[in-house]
Amino acid sequence: MSLRPLPKRGRPFHDFDWVLIGAAALIAALGVLEIYSAALATQWQDAWSKQLIWLGLGALLFLAMSWIDYHWLVNRAAVFYGLAIVLLAGLLLFAEPVNGARRWLPLPGGLSLQVSEFVKVVLVLIIARYFGNFTTARIRFREALYASAIFAAPALLVQHQPDMSTALSYAPLLGMGILLSGIRWKHAAAAVLVLMLAVPAGWWALKPYQQERIVAFMHPEDDLRGAGYQPLQSRIAVGAGGIWGQGFARGTQTQLRFLPVPHTDFVFAAFAEESGFVGVFLAMALYFALTMRIVHNARTAADAAGMLIAMSVAALLLFQLLVNVGMVVNKMPVTGIPLPLMSYGGSGTVAFLMLLGLVNNVRLRRFTN
Amino acid sequence: MSPGENPLRRSRSVEIALFQYAAAAVFLWLLSGFWQLQVQKSGIYAQKAEQNSVKSLPIPAPRGEILDRDGRPIVNNAPSFSATLAAGKAYSANLPDIAAGLDLPLDRLQERLAEVSPNLARDRIVLKENLSIADMAFLEAHRAQFREIDIVQSQRRFYSAEGVAAHVVGYVGEIGKAELAMREFSLHGPGDKIGKTGIERQYNHLLAGKDGRRRLLVDNRGRSQGVIESIAAQPGRSLRLTLDLDLQAVAEMGLEGYRGAVVALDPRNGEVLAMASAPVFSANAFVDGIDGKEWKRLLEDPAKPLLNRAVQGQWAPGSVFKPIVALAALEKGLANSTFRTTCTGSRTYFGHRFRCHARRGHGSVSLNEAMTQSCDIYFYELGKQLGVDVIAEYARRAGLGAKTLIDLPDEAAGIVPSIDWKVRLFRERWYAGETISFVIGQGALTVTPLQVAQAIGGLAMGGVWHRPRLVSPGQLAEMREGHARREPRRAPLAPWHSRIIRQLLWGVVNAGGTGARARLDAVDVCGKTGTAQRVSNRTRLEHNRPEFEDDAWFVGYAPCREPEIVVAVLLENGAHSYFAAPVARDVIKAHFDKKKRRQLQLSATRPTLARLAERTQ
Repeated sequence: MSLRPLPKRGRPFHDFDWVLIGAAALIAALGVLEIYSAALATQWQDAWSKQLIWLGLGALLFLAMSWIDYHWLVNRAAVFYGLAIVLLAGLLLFAEPVNGARRWLPLPGGLSLQVSEFVKVVLVLIIARYFGNFTTARIRFREALYASAIFAAPALLVQHQPDMSTALSYAPLLGMGILLSGIRWKHAAAAVLVLMLAVPAGWWALKPYQQERIVAFMHPEDDLRGAGYQPLQSRIAVGAGGIWGQGFARGTQTQLRFLPVPHTDFVFAAFAEESGFVGVFLAMALYFALTMRIVHNARTAADAAGMLIAMSVAALLLFQLLVNVGMVVNKMPVTGIPLPLMSYGGSGTVAFLMLLGLVNNVRLRRFTN
Repeated sequence: MSPGENPLRRSRSVEIALFQYAAAAVFLWLLSGFWQLQVQKSGIYAQKAEQNSVKSLPIPAPRGEILDRDGRPIVNNAPSFSATLAAGKAYSANLPDIAAGLDLPLDRLQERLAEVSPNLARDRIVLKENLSIADMAFLEAHRAQFREIDIVQSQRRFYSAEGVAAHVVGYVGEIGKAELAMREFSLHGPGDKIGKTGIERQYNHLLAGKDGRRRLLVDNRGRSQGVIESIAAQPGRSLRLTLDLDLQAVAEMGLEGYRGAVVALDPRNGEVLAMASAPVFSANAFVDGIDGKEWKRLLEDPAKPLLNRAVQGQWAPGSVFKPIVALAALEKGLANSTFRTTCTGSRTYFGHRFRCHARRGHGSVSLNEAMTQSCDIYFYELGKQLGVDVIAEYARRAGLGAKTLIDLPDEAAGIVPSIDWKVRLFRERWYAGETISFVIGQGALTVTPLQVAQAIGGLAMGGVWHRPRLVSPGQLAEMREGHARREPRRAPLAPWHSRIIRQLLWGVVNAGGTGARARLDAVDVCGKTGTAQRVSNRTRLEHNRPEFEDDAWFVGYAPCREPEIVVAVLLENGAHSYFAAPVARDVIKAHFDKKKRRQLQLSATRPTLARLAERTQ
């Protein structure tokens, strides 16, 4: 596959996906406002300005990921993958644990990088690289198995940090790749069956606190001060928001800190309390528009690799949204998966903007010439 | 390849569409969750949010002080801290830890919570009062863990450790189930402190203030972030008693080592100057909630320390009843100067031999000698002639056999027997021999020390019996407590009868009578001794058990002509009035010493006042 330069029509930004950028920018703006409000008068009170910096950095990387032809990146996916594995393994071997987890790669200047978030970008490229080459209508079972093995390596490394939530968020990428490569329904059914059988077995692999969270999810009223505390407080905050919300920086549950981690994992609960169902509806509409826009770019992609990139980003977005917002409304158990573009966090924000850059990249090169 | 011809892309449009539908479904599902929480159940969660972030804390109202007649505090308050608990189901998991940390019995705590929880109006109970420094440290350290606990500053009732006036004052305690249903406590709710006995109970409505309430905005650690509203507490009102602490102290000292009671009244108005009962208890034990064992020990103590013997104990009056009989005899024209009888130590009435306390007899006695020497035979003779009903009438006129209506709860009425009374109660006729016992204050007749003081005081006043009071009507009127001033009961004695009684009782103390030990130099003391048998003499001598010992009485007043103070003393198993008379004497002496001191002070300050007045001119 040859490199495809951008069409030389003189107006490089004209062809950018402004709908996608607009939706993402609006969501990010809501996020910054809510981070500001939720972290008022706490040790995180300047998180909003940091988040702005992350967004700025993310925007630059978005541009970069838009400019470099995605085929160039996809062709080097194996290199990035190797680098990712080395970094993850290095973290496990050498990193000092922070809060009991070897998750952070220290950078000069006191910054640190959550490698597992950037692994998502690598895995999207891997999907495009691995599944984009098949010319047959359906992949064979063995090939799906290979793909799973490729994913298993970083997932297991991340799981060992330990960070099961992030490891889990790699799954939708793989699932989307396999789905789009024409998995046989029989195989799909078999895989689902195996997964279902694996659930009880997997129970024993969970840490006690993870088990508690699942139990708390199943029986929310049993342990309101332990594992049930976070879901309860989230539910109360959301419910207290009502239709119109309690107003910016005026949500009692958020401001009086009943809501746990209101600027990161539960940022959407804080947002729901302060802006009500109306605000939630608006934000969800924006997310929906973003998702559909990404899917649209998949449909117009020039080749399988482009389509796979866009669709796996859409799958990742939908998955994280489902798990995070689902947790906020108590439809999902408590996990540490952040909400893309709203939750405070440097690595997650930057990595996700890089992924959107890839989607924009696919759009810019949708015309084959 | 031209656009749109990518075989893979075209063939996957089904999967992409599938994803789009799935995405739409996910969004709708999530939105339905918000719809449920924010639109359908918003009210419930708004309420839960308020429960989270709004804390309602009581501001305990300090109880009014209880003062003596000179304004000296008998009972006051000391600032203390109480741990209060928000009663709620979600918190029960912490109870064992809390109970252990605060050193409280867990089962009792759970019991109390179970009692209070159904009552939604009161969402907090007091866990422990008068927190120690260790308790405070424990709660402070576990603040984040026990968010249901709050420390509230309050005023703790502070009683005398030595039990000064303990029986009069009573004590406070947490309101009980039965009391919640009483009209007198209708303004109180579960967990409140109320007066349980004594003045604390009688005037609970004045002493108890009204608790205030603060509604605070709190964060997740229970720290206040601002006050939403604050309703100030209305402190209880201070109450000035008629009690004189100086006299009270003397009375209590006199009772030391005895079981018994002392009552000192001002016979001119019924004001109680001293009221002591022994043994005493320290009411402080009740304030913080007395534990079951200690309570049981107090209840089952054979010495009955909780009983206010002055108003709740009933005893045979013995010879202190004789002045009343004497009056009856005088008014019936029986005991005139010519009426004499010969005492030989015993005499047989109605086939039964009755003894005089003097074995050898008093010889020929008139009323005067009979009273002075407390000759029983003389009074047997009077009783036989007067009959039971006449004596009973005079006893009731003097206030015996009925509650004095003093402002204390649970007063005993005593018994004045009569023919009717016996038939009604026992369906038995009155035996004439019973009159003989009755007339010397034995038999069915029982009285309280307060009744004795009131009866003899009224007699000394020439037939005016004031209702005894611990809070003067004037004081209550000042507090706008519209208590109608109760008129005294009057049955005026003829002046010469009055004089005879006075002379008789003067003689008991001052003319070689049985009450010589009550004599004072500074003031004329009148009085009468009494020794009341608990069992027959024979039983007492055979068994020689302390609880069979006679009860000793003395009642005296002074000055004889215009009495200001009447004191009744009872010593349970005190063997002889020999020991009772000095107790009364000391109280009377304290009264007059104090009066004299006052007058001296007054004369000392007058010139100063005059000089001050000159200077200002």
